[in-house]
Amino acid sequence: MADPPRMTDAEAAEFRRRQKGRNIAMLLVLLGLSALFFAITIVKLMHR
Amino acid sequence: MDTNVAAGLPLLAGAAANPVSDISPSLHGPDRVSSSGRSVPYHDSDVRDWIALLKPRVMSLVVFSGLVGLLVAPGHLHPVLAFTAVLCIAIAAGACGAINMWYDRDIDAIMRRTRDRPIPAGRIEPGAALGYGITLAIGSVLVMGLAVNAVAAGVLASSIGFYVFVYTMWLKRRTPQNIVIGGAAGAFPPVIGWAAVTGSVSLIPIVLFAIIFIWTPPHFWSLALFANDDYRRAKVPMLPVVAGARETRRQIVLYSLVLVPLTMVPWLLGFSGPVYAVAAAVLGLGFLVSVWRVATDRQDATGVSLTNDAPARAAFKFSIIYLFVLFAALAIDQFVGRGG
Repeated sequence: MADPPRMTDAEAAEFRRRQKGRNIAMLLVLLGLSALFFAITIVKLMHR
Repeated sequence: MDTNVAAGLPLLAGAAANPVSDISPSLHGPDRVSSSGRSVPYHDSDVRDWIALLKPRVMSLVVFSGLVGLLVAPGHLHPVLAFTAVLCIAIAAGACGAINMWYDRDIDAIMRRTRDRPIPAGRIEPGAALGYGITLAIGSVLVMGLAVNAVAAGVLASSIGFYVFVYTMWLKRRTPQNIVIGGAAGAFPPVIGWAAVTGSVSLIPIVLFAIIFIWTPPHFWSLALFANDDYRRAKVPMLPVVAGARETRRQIVLYSLVLVPLTMVPWLLGFSGPVYAVAAAVLGLGFLVSVWRVATDRQDATGVSLTNDAPARAAFKFSIIYLFVLFAALAIDQFVGRGG
């Protein structure tokens, strides 16, 4: 069976750029959620 | 790295320090053909594609009406919890958009207006979009239930279920009344916002629900008039496709004649004051003028517009501004009425 075609260097660089963007976005979402859940917990504890 | 593991972790698969030329499409799930004719990974999406799946423009109106429901409700909600409630409404609306794009990917590929969406354009795999939508939907309901209250979470879950199962999967491709009944899904946000504060649903949020419910047909049918060719090609039975442009214009006027008096109900019930009443009256007059222009558009014997549906395009744009300003007036009126 023939090898699958490979990306050109330019395509691979573009792939990595988009992948990095997605990873940064995921990091920001997780940090945001952590901050939100922390704030919700504090508010709930204050109102008990 | 084991190829099966890599295929199951597409976001991580390229993180290993492989030479660029070793990034084989076989490591990254299904392939598609790039513009250069080579096979490339399907998921060469960027962050904007994942945001586009959430239909941010639709989300903005949903978030705004939910926020107004929250602001005008009697009672107090801690700002952190209010932010959480609005965020959950936004995420749920986005989840509905993602699931809708997954389900409608076949007709999206046919329609000019939607064929560059991430799934038909080949930038995001359908299964990934579905997983994304389901995850966000479940997450938004869980967080709403745990952080805010069970009633708001229940109404939020109902709105998601209504949009996905009743509108998208059942009605949209079966009946020209699709957006009439399906419009209920978009009318839920003020009820959710109200329930987030009060923990209950009363007459006023139901009136706000009714306003958006009755506003939806003239809004959507204005779009359907000028996107008629797209809907016909995709075999979506929108009213202009099934009943023709002339009947659609008549229905737009009829719904608008119901809508404008309905927007006065919050004032008639004593819930809002003169600021809202004046705004609703002026906006209503503008709405009636815009739909009257649609009804009297120059048309041929079959009802097809001779002006490229210019009045319908204008009415569609105005209908969005109309709802934004109407709900803003309601919130401002409450703010003024409570003495700031």
